[in-house]
Amino acid sequence: MSDLLALEDVHVSYGPFHALRGVGLTVGEGEIVSLLGGNASGKSTTMKAILGLTRVRAGVVRLAGEDVTHRSTAHRVRAGISSVPEARRVFPEMTVDENLRAGAYTRRDRAGVADDLDRMRELFPRLAERRRQQAGTLSGGEQQMLAVARALMSRPRLVCMDEPTMGLAPRLVDQVLDEIARLNRELGVAVLLVEQQAELALSIASRGYVLATGQIALRGTAAELLDDPRIHEAYLGKAVPA
Amino acid sequence: MLDTLVAGLLRGNVYALGAVGISLVFGVMNVVNFAQFSFFGLGAMLAWFFVAQEGLPFWLALPLVLVVCAGLGLLVNVAVVRPLARFLPLAAMLSTYAVSQILDNASQLAFTAQFRVFPKVLPTSNLHVGSMRFGTSDLVMLGVTATVMLGMSAFLRYGKVGQAIRATAQDQEAALQVGIPVGLVQHLSFVIASALGGLAGVFVSLYVGVANPTSGLTTGMTAFVAAALGGLGSLVGAVVGGFVLGIVEAFGISLAGDTARQIIVFAVLVVVLVVRPGGLLGKVPLIATEPLTGTFLGKGRPLRVPRWVWPAAFVLGGIVVPFVADDYVLTTGTQVLVYAVIAAGFTVTAGQAGVVALGQAGPIAIGAYTSALLTLHLHVSFWVALPVAGLVAAVIASILSSPVWGVKGHYVSIATLGVGTAIVAVIQLVLPQGIYGIPVPTWAGTPLSTPRAYYLVDAGVLALTLLVTWRLRASHLGKVISSVGSDEVAALASGVRVRDYKALAFAVSAFFAGIGGSLLAHQYTYIDPTIFTMLMSLLVVTIVIMGGVSLPYGAVVGSLVLIGAMELLRFTPELRIIAYGLVLILVVRFRPGGILVRTA
Repeated sequence: MSDLLALEDVHVSYGPFHALRGVGLTVGEGEIVSLLGGNASGKSTTMKAILGLTRVRAGVVRLAGEDVTHRSTAHRVRAGISSVPEARRVFPEMTVDENLRAGAYTRRDRAGVADDLDRMRELFPRLAERRRQQAGTLSGGEQQMLAVARALMSRPRLVCMDEPTMGLAPRLVDQVLDEIARLNRELGVAVLLVEQQAELALSIASRGYVLATGQIALRGTAAELLDDPRIHEAYLGKAVPA
Repeated sequence: MLDTLVAGLLRGNVYALGAVGISLVFGVMNVVNFAQFSFFGLGAMLAWFFVAQEGLPFWLALPLVLVVCAGLGLLVNVAVVRPLARFLPLAAMLSTYAVSQILDNASQLAFTAQFRVFPKVLPTSNLHVGSMRFGTSDLVMLGVTATVMLGMSAFLRYGKVGQAIRATAQDQEAALQVGIPVGLVQHLSFVIASALGGLAGVFVSLYVGVANPTSGLTTGMTAFVAAALGGLGSLVGAVVGGFVLGIVEAFGISLAGDTARQIIVFAVLVVVLVVRPGGLLGKVPLIATEPLTGTFLGKGRPLRVPRWVWPAAFVLGGIVVPFVADDYVLTTGTQVLVYAVIAAGFTVTAGQAGVVALGQAGPIAIGAYTSALLTLHLHVSFWVALPVAGLVAAVIASILSSPVWGVKGHYVSIATLGVGTAIVAVIQLVLPQGIYGIPVPTWAGTPLSTPRAYYLVDAGVLALTLLVTWRLRASHLGKVISSVGSDEVAALASGVRVRDYKALAFAVSAFFAGIGGSLLAHQYTYIDPTIFTMLMSLLVVTIVIMGGVSLPYGAVVGSLVLIGAMELLRFTPELRIIAYGLVLILVVRFRPGGILVRTA
């Protein structure tokens, strides 16, 4: 089976700082994969490399077999990756509907976009109620929903989510994770979930990777990782050979 | 009364067009685009050229002007702004300032600096309502503006690309992530803004009846103030701000005369910045998200300079040159030295406090006038007047700039530019004709009127200036000021009163600017307000950035290159300004720390 997303030996540097040193990971069709790691372990940089928001110095990013390492973000969105940015980041002074349409920016099939808009309103009734409201006035949980719905508007095969639970109340955290699992089940969309909270993320994922100082320190199925004592050490910043 | 209101509407019309362009670019790039200002002057000159010189019909000339301006705008973004904006917004802003000088002077080279009578393409007073007269021309202008504004707002609200522009303005990173080609959106915004600037320029000359290549900067500054008044980044705000400012200005001028214009405009700017920094319709956080101080300045380490260089330079510059060089070289040398004094003082503000103030011509003018008036009317000795000039410049500039230090990012630069311009405008209002016969300094009864004598005086003052700035850097006070520049938030968190120290740094710089102004005044023996232009301010900034903002001796090197070399190469004034602009752009682009600083 060919992977939907594959990173092969990816290196990224910010000036003299070597942020990613040979990261390799895969996400299969319809799979939920967690990317874990502590602060400054390279999670966000990996996301940026996948989305084309930073220059990859060496290595290859493949999307459904196509080498997209040096393609624009817009191209990757058209090819099937979309993203839920860190800290949600909806367009605050645009309405809920306008935010959703922005998510479909790369699409040219007007009828299909209109259908998807209806579908999002069905999936997220709260957003339908607030369709003409400015996104900046929504609550944190609603903004998170909007960011997810916006990501789905491009009809992605893979959604990358950068710490979707950050800054949410504990009760909402579970709700958001349930929501992600549900979307994965119902729409068959694959999810790459970047998280700090390992146990929460692994609870809905099938597999996981743990980053430490820019390298994959551990990999395995969710169950394996949850039982692995080294995961805690990795979080303390000690690189552990996988 | 009604006439004034109509005059205000017509002016406001122009400002609104310009302000929308400025706000649009600021929204999508977070850069205040001074280059935009030049399109007012350029639009006017191009329209004059096409209609009066080439004999084209106005309705053909207008779209041509818009296309040329749009193309130039795109070029500016591709070549200068975009490469810098992502990493160094402040550097990008400075570069656009340089671009505007280049465009203005290129236009001057092409069209000469004289005022051209703009052909009357439409009747200007064929209609009347009651006793008020106006023309088809006025109606057409208002009609075109209204159409353009409605078109723009429909485009931004309902168009797919328009929505992409708004999305980019609200969150660039998120816009990228949903697949919006942010680069193209930015190019497009520049194209639209530049075309709007050109349109506004054509309207200015239709309304005023004359066109001039340098008219752009004043109109542009006013349009910028209108954009700030409405709230930078808010397009509705830009329109509202444009009309409000146009009407305020029209009433101000009808009460106080045309010279009051700049004062009114900058008074409005300062009031907005202090009372409602986000503008009428903008939000305050708009400013808070701007880059803080520090940004690109002071990064990297100075090149290692061998110890023997200092005494050698002192002996060469202070002893050998004055007794070997001829009068021409010495006269050039005095200019180099005076600008080195001003620039070395300015490193305290730009390098240590991390504030790129753009209005140094203001304190320089205060120093020059103070010294001239003291010696001429109160018969005070030059040697007393010199330090007093510095003190007066420091005090007045500090008082006038005091509202500025609470604002952040680009606003500080623009506000200081505003203060500097307003100072010169006030001088022009009070003493429009200039001062003649400023006495030359005397030493033990002998007048110091030879280039050699001036050179030695200037060299002595420069040596003192370098000593003071050097000691200041090493002192506790200097370290506190530097902490403000390198990380404002951290300094604030450590209990440093950031505002006060910025103001203090600016006062020190203004002191030396005043000293420099005094030296210039007594050497020229004649001064008038046209000497103290925005160009002078730009020159000071360019010298400092070229030499390295954090190195007082870098100011000497910068001055040597920019003043000395340009003079010896005998560049014409226009070419010289173009060269300053290019130097500034190239240094900022490729050696942001200055030529003497190695970036890590």
